[in-house]
Order: sequence, then structure tokens, then C-alpha cells
Amino acid sequence: MQTNTAVVEPTVEHMKKRNQTSTADRIRSYLRHPGSGVLALLTIGAAIVTFAVLLFLVAYILVKGIPYLTPDLFSLEYTSDNVSLMPSLINTFIMTALSLVIAAPLGIFAAIYLVEYAKKGNKLVQVIRITAETLSGIPSIVYGLFGMLFFVTALHWGMSLLAGACTLVIMVLPLIMRTAEEALKAVPDSYREASFGLGAGKLRTIFTIVLPSAVPGILAGIILAIGRIIGETAALLYTSGTVAQVPNLMGSGRTLALHMYVLSSEGFHMNQASATAVVILLFVLLINSLSGMVAKRIAKG
Amino acid sequence: MNRFKEQAMKIVFMVAACASVLAVFLICLFLFANGIPAIAKIGPLKFLLGTVWKPSNDKFGIFPMIIASIYVTGGAILVGVPIALLTSVFMARYCPQKIYRPLKSGIELMAGVPSIVYGFFGLVLMVPLIRNTFGGTGTSWLAASLLLGIMILPTIIGPTESALRSVPESYYEGSLALGATKERSIFVVMLPAAKSGILAAVVLGIGRAIGETMAVIMVAGNQARMPAGLLKGLRTMTANIVTEMGYATGLHREALIATGVVLFVFILIINLSLSLLNRRSENAN
Repeated sequence: MQTNTAVVEPTVEHMKKRNQTSTADRIRSYLRHPGSGVLALLTIGAAIVTFAVLLFLVAYILVKGIPYLTPDLFSLEYTSDNVSLMPSLINTFIMTALSLVIAAPLGIFAAIYLVEYAKKGNKLVQVIRITAETLSGIPSIVYGLFGMLFFVTALHWGMSLLAGACTLVIMVLPLIMRTAEEALKAVPDSYREASFGLGAGKLRTIFTIVLPSAVPGILAGIILAIGRIIGETAALLYTSGTVAQVPNLMGSGRTLALHMYVLSSEGFHMNQASATAVVILLFVLLINSLSGMVAKRIAKG
Repeated sequence: MNRFKEQAMKIVFMVAACASVLAVFLICLFLFANGIPAIAKIGPLKFLLGTVWKPSNDKFGIFPMIIASIYVTGGAILVGVPIALLTSVFMARYCPQKIYRPLKSGIELMAGVPSIVYGFFGLVLMVPLIRNTFGGTGTSWLAASLLLGIMILPTIIGPTESALRSVPESYYEGSLALGATKERSIFVVMLPAAKSGILAAVVLGIGRAIGETMAVIMVAGNQARMPAGLLKGLRTMTANIVTEMGYATGLHREALIATGVVLFVFILIINLSLSLLNRRSENAN
């Protein structure tokens, strides 16, 4: 046995080495095929441009905004002097929670129906898939228009947190549905069969066996949804309105992204707008690292 | 009792699944019911092809906005698609193992940055830069296209990379074995093999660009007239809705909703071609 491995290992190493080209070889090859060399340079150049733009954007926002993160900006009441972002920050949390309380169960239940109950080739399932696809392609301004026409005007809710949250529910629903569906599909059928074999009913199998094993995947979708809600502006402008206060559910209040839009379109408080951009960016960074952690957990199984 | 619960929950799940159907139905119903009468009142041809938008004089022609949306999106495609394609080639075939994870999360971060932050970046950096280099006001077609070109990068890179990765490795190896260089194998053999996936990614990018609102409003200038040049301001359909909806009443307001209807129809056409493309790439595999 010992001799065997001793023979195998060098050959593998040997082959790996043979498959590698040295830098000098590569340069010689590019000189012989200048077209290939140019393409290689272009490819690497494009990648550098992409990541340079990203780094520059993040650095620029941080450098420009951080000096203006004063305590004044976080005072509880908004006045035209302090342009506090605190009410908008609280509204952002309320808006996120409110939207998810409705969208998460709706999306997960829909996914349960699609994966666990619907039969293959069901007409209804096809319609649901097409509409979910359509929803995920609709731009946020169209959601905003619809929210204004339906929740604000037709249902007489007025511009309110509730109207904004309901608009966002429709917006993030396809995202949550799709990720939950994928997570449920990834649960091995043997889990379900074992549960049925032990005498559990379908409902019990779903809630005690299938859903818990799909939690990381579902969570990843919900985190993505939070990211979209925090950054959303166009869908909220004419549904939740832009009043700088923390209202009750039926009152108008702006979220952080809206706060930033109002400040930068008025143009009097650009420094405070850049500070708000920093806060939003920090949230986005936090959410991205969270979803990265969840993804790692999924990969580990 | 248990049986009843099972049945009841099955119906609950089914109703939840129908929420998306109901949402699409309501969106179509409310948009069309509020927009179509306005188009009929103004006259479909006058509305779609009229070149003058003067709500105070009851002139509602959105042709300049339609053209502006197409121009801005076209510019974004010109800026974004080549960079995005080459970057996805880099991610799929060139990227060293060690830096792959950080770069990948970089692209995810790029997709997660809200459009308002991109818009702010464009407003405080790109617009003054264009103003100082080329003159004019800076808020322009050029600024909007550059900014949107950056914004659609992650939208296109993600699907393109996975399309490239799903091309069988044997294609690449076979091409190498025939004596082609790495670049020739990638650009002449693998890219054509991943063609329909890449096309779907580009269409996705077009959809994102044409529907983008907040970033465009902040850098495009929003003048409601025919686009006059790369360095002149223009107003897209999305910008038209947001800038005037705040104070519009009566027919003016309905005309804005009708602008939304036209935008919605554009998006539906893009969605339709996207799902056709996806079906084709599924069949190809």
C-alpha cells in the first residue's frame, strides 16, 4: 500500500505541473498570437474597471459622508435646522418589519403550495409562475403608481406607512417566493418519506420536518428582501409620502432612502444627504455580509 | 378534525400562492383603467407621437420621453454590456481561486447598493466632472447613460457568468487540443455556446435600465423636450412620472398614469422576450 501511494502522488503532481504554463511561456504565446494577448488584456482591464468603480463608489460615499455624521443628525425630533435622520431610520425599521410580517408568510406559504401540494403540469402552477416572473420584472416606479392608485386612493388609506408597506409586499413577494421554493426543493425526499413512514400527516411533515431544514435558504431570501426594502425610493414616494416624522400606521412618514432623496433634490442639505448615504450603505454592507454568512451555512449543509 | 385541518391548510397555501396572480391582475386593472381613458381623451396618436409636453396648455405628447428612455437605455447598454461581458469572462475563466470569493461578494454588493445611492454618487461626482470637462450643465444624456451603465453591471455579470460556467468543459478542452489559445477558445467557442444565456442577461439589464427612476432623475436634467445631444438634458418616462406626480391634477395626472401604462407595456414586452429566451436556453441544455 505504502509504495502505491508513493508512486501515485508524484504522477499527479507531475501532471499538474505539465498542465501549468509559466509566465514566460504565456508571454511568448501572446507575442505569437497578438489578438489573444489583446483580448486577455481587455478582459483583465474590464474586471479592474468594474471593481475599481465599486471600490471608488463605496470609498467616495464613506469619505464624503462620515465627517457629517454628527450627534445632531440623530436627535429624535426632525427640525429644519438639524435635518435629523432619526425619524426616517425608525420608519425604515417599521416599514421593513411591517412588509415582512405580511410578505414572509405569504411567500413561504405560496412556495409550500408550489413544492408540496401542486401536481406537475398543473395549469394554476403555470399561471402562478408566469405572474411571479412578471412581478419580479416590474420596475419600482410602476409599483409606486399602483400603490398610489389602489392603496392610497381606491382603499382611502391616504399616504401612509401601511400603504407603503403593502406596496413593498407585492414588490418583494416574488423574491421570497422564489428563494423559499428553491430551499424547499432542496430538502431531500427521504426526509418526507421517513416522516410519512412514522405516521405523521402531510401538514405535520411540512411544519416539523421540511420547513426547519429549509430555514437557511428561506432566510437568505428574506435578507435580500430587507435589502430591497431599505433601499427603495420610487415605490414609496407616492405611497408612504415624505413627511419627516414617526407616524402611526395610517400616517405618512419617510424612510431613510426617501429622506436622502428629499434632501438631495432640495439641494440645501447635501452634507446631511451624504451622511444619510453612509448610513444606508452601512446597512447594505451589513445585509450583504449576513447573507454571505447564511450562504456559507447552506453550503456546509 | 385532523382531516379538516389538513384540507383547510391546503386551501390556505393555495390562496397564498394565488396572491401573485391577484397582484398582477390588480396592477393591470388599475393602471389600465386609470391610464387608457386619458390616452383616449388626448388621442392615442397625439399622446404617443406628440412632441410637445405642456400640461399647462393641455399638450400631452410623450414622444420625447419615449425616445429619451430608449436613448438612455441604449447608452447604458453601450457602456455596460462590453464591460460586463468581459468581467464575467474574467470571473468564470481567469479569476485566481484566492480572490474569487471577495470579488463575487463585491458584485453582490454592487447589486445591493440602492439606486438612490448611485444617483447621489452621479449627482455629486459625475455631473460636476462632465460639467467641468465638456461644459454645459452636466446633467445630461451622457451622465445618465454612464451611471446606468454602471448600475446594470451586476445585473448582467451574474447570469452571464453562470451561463459561461454551464458550457461543458469539453468544449474548452477540445478547442485547446486543436491548438487554439485560451482566449480564442473562450471567445470563439464558449461565448457562442452560452449565447442565449448571455442574451437573456442583456435583456434583463435593458429591463433594469429602462425602469430605473431615482438615479436617472438625479442626473438626467429632466427637460421635457426632444433629446438634443449627448451633453444636453433629457427626461425619461420614469422621470416624467415622478417629477410631476406630486402636484398634478385632473387630465395632467391621468396623462402621467398613462405614461406609466406605456412604460408598463415596454416592460411586459421585455419580460415576454426574456421568458422566451430563457425557455430557449433551457431547451438548448
